[in-house]
Amino acid sequence: MTPLAVTSLTLTSSLGTGLRPHVDALLNLRSGLTPCNFETAQLDTWVGQIPDEQLAPVRGRLASFDCRNNRLAQLGLTGDGFGEAVAGARARYGARRIGVILGTSTSGILQTEIAYRFRDPATGALPSDFNYAGTQNTFSLGAFVQAQLGLEGPASVVSTACSSSAKAFGAGARMIAAGLCDAAIVGGVDSLCLTTLYGFSSLELLSREPCRPFDAERSGISIGEGAGFALLEPASANNPKGAIQLLGVGESSDGYHMSSPHPEGAGARLAMERALTAAGLAPGDIDYINLHGTGTRSNDSAEEKAVFSVFGGSTPCSSTKGMTGHLLGAAGIAEAIICALALDEQFMPGSANTRALDPGLRIRYLRDTVRQPPLHVVSNSFGFGGSNCTLVLGRTQ
Amino acid sequence: MRLFVESVGLLGPGLTGWTSSRQVLTGAVPYAPAEVVLAAPEALPQAERRRTGKPVRLALFAGMEALAASSRQPEALATVFTSSAPDGQVIHEICTTLAGTDRQVSPTRFHNSVHNAPAGYWSIALRSQAASTSLCCFDSSFAAGLLEAGAQCLMQKEAVLLVSYDVPYPEPLLSARPTVGVLGAALLLSVEASPAAFASIDLRLQTDVPTSSRMQDAGLEALRAGNPTGRGLPLLQTLAEPSNALVVIEYLNGTALCVEVRPC
Repeated sequence: MTPLAVTSLTLTSSLGTGLRPHVDALLNLRSGLTPCNFETAQLDTWVGQIPDEQLAPVRGRLASFDCRNNRLAQLGLTGDGFGEAVAGARARYGARRIGVILGTSTSGILQTEIAYRFRDPATGALPSDFNYAGTQNTFSLGAFVQAQLGLEGPASVVSTACSSSAKAFGAGARMIAAGLCDAAIVGGVDSLCLTTLYGFSSLELLSREPCRPFDAERSGISIGEGAGFALLEPASANNPKGAIQLLGVGESSDGYHMSSPHPEGAGARLAMERALTAAGLAPGDIDYINLHGTGTRSNDSAEEKAVFSVFGGSTPCSSTKGMTGHLLGAAGIAEAIICALALDEQFMPGSANTRALDPGLRIRYLRDTVRQPPLHVVSNSFGFGGSNCTLVLGRTQ
Repeated sequence: MRLFVESVGLLGPGLTGWTSSRQVLTGAVPYAPAEVVLAAPEALPQAERRRTGKPVRLALFAGMEALAASSRQPEALATVFTSSAPDGQVIHEICTTLAGTDRQVSPTRFHNSVHNAPAGYWSIALRSQAASTSLCCFDSSFAAGLLEAGAQCLMQKEAVLLVSYDVPYPEPLLSARPTVGVLGAALLLSVEASPAAFASIDLRLQTDVPTSSRMQDAGLEALRAGNPTGRGLPLLQTLAEPSNALVVIEYLNGTALCVEVRPC
C-alpha cells in the first residue's frame, strides 16, 4: 500500500489522558489495573477503569449522545492537541473531505443495560428518555465524533470485536486510496459495561488477578476501557524526519470458531504475512511486535505459534495489556499508538505483571522495557468471530 | 469508483431469493409481502447451526445465493458485512439477564452478541481465511458497506462480497428503534469486467442531490424507508433489469451516494 503519514495521535486509558502518561507507564511498567469496582458488577477480577468523575457528561447540542462510551470519546478528543490538528486538517481539506472510521465492540450498551432496570412494570417499555441512536447503536460513536470535530465526510464504525479499531486503519486507508476523502480520523473507543464483564466471566476468561500475558501462570484477561484517535494523511516530502507512517495492514479470518482462536494461529499468521506484503517488508525488517497477548491460555499460545512461524525467535515482542488491560474494540488503536510511541521515543515496551515466562515460548518476549530504537514495528489484534488484523508502522529515516 | 456486479442475493418479505424476486422488483409481478422463513444454514457444522440467530441466517442466505450464482472460489472471497445493529434478540436477552438478580450470561449468547457474528459464522461455514470486515452506519449502513466493498475491490484488486442485512429488534427496544421487515441483500463485486459481470456501477458522493430514489410499489417503498438494508432496494431494482440509470441513496450529513448503473 502507499504509506500514509500519522500526523496526530492521542490516547486515553486507565494510565491517563494523553500520550505522556502512557510513555511514562510503558517505560516504568506501571499498570493501570485495579480491583473491579465498576457500576454494580460483582466479579472477582481487575479492570483498567477511567474514574467516573473524569468522564464529564456530553452536554449542549450533542446531549442526545450522552453515555459512558461517548463521554470517554469526548475526554479522549481533548488530549495532545488532537482537536487542533483536526481543525487544521479541516481548514486544509474541507469538512467533507475528512473521513471518520472508528472501531467499537459495545458502543453505549451500558445505557441500555441500565434502561432495562427501569422498564415500565405494566407495559415493559423502556424509560422515555432512553435514546437508542445516540447511545447503544454501534454507529453512535462515529456520529458523535463527527459532530464533535465538525466533520461531514464519509464515516462508519467497524465492529469486529477486539480487532475493530485495528481494522479501522485498513478502512481509513482504503477510503483515502479510493478518493472518497483526503484524510481520515481512525481509532476507536470501548468502555466498561456489564455485557463484556459478565460475558467474559461466563466464558471463564476473566483473570482474578491483574492479567499476566505469556506468563506460565496466566489465567485470563483484565478488561480495560480507552479511547484513541489518529489522523491519517497522505505522506508528503514536508513530513519531518522521524515521522510516523502506516506502512501496511493485513486482515484475515480464522474460519474456525466464534470465540476460540485457531489453535495453530493459522489466521493470525496470514494477517501478519499480508501486512508485511502490503508494507513491502520482510519479517527480518521488523524490530518489535506488539502482541495481541490477552493473557488467556489459548490466545497467547496460538499467537506464539503464529508469530514464531512468521518471524522466528529473534524479533523482540511483548503484550502491553498488563498495563492497559484489554481495551477490546479500542485495543487496536491503543496498541498502534503504543507502537508509534515506541518508534518516536525509541524504546521497546516490556510486559507488566508477567513474572515467569511460559516455558514453552520460543519467541523473544520482552519482560522489561528496553531503550533501543525500532524502525519498523508490528501490532497484532485478534477478535471473536476469528477476525484478525495486523498493522505495520514505521519511522521515516 | 467503477465496479462490476457479478451476482446478487436477496431475502426479504415476499422476496425469496434474487432469481424469483427480479420480476417483483421491476413491477412485472405484483409485490406480495409474506413472512420470511429463515432456515438454519446447511453449510455450518451441526453444533454451530443450532446456535445461529436470525441475522446470521439472513446474512448467510443472501451471501450464499450471490456466491452460488458466481464462479468465485468461496474460501478466497473477501467479504464486507454491514448492518445497523447486532442481533437484537440476543441483546434483549443479555440486557434482561443483566437487569435480573442472577447475572449469569450464556456464553453462546455472549459470542453471538458481537456485531461481526454473521461474518464469523460465514468464515466457519466456508472455512474461509479471507479478509472480512463488519460495519455499522445506522440508517446509512447499506451505503457505507457499498463504499467499503468498492474501496476494498479497488485497493486489493480482488472480488469482494457485500452482505447487508437488518432484522428489527424485539420489544421493548423496537419502540426505541422502530424498523420494519427482515431484509438481506448481497452483491458480488469485481474490479474488472469479468465474463460473469452483468452491470457496472460507478459510485460517487454528492451533496447537491435533491431526492433519493424511491420504490414505486407502496409495500416495497415501506421496506426501503423502514429497513436500513432497504435503502439498497432501488439499486437492486435497477440491477434486476439493468439499464443506464442513476440511483441515489441517502447517505450522511446531507450527502448522497450516487450510483450510475450501466448494463454490460
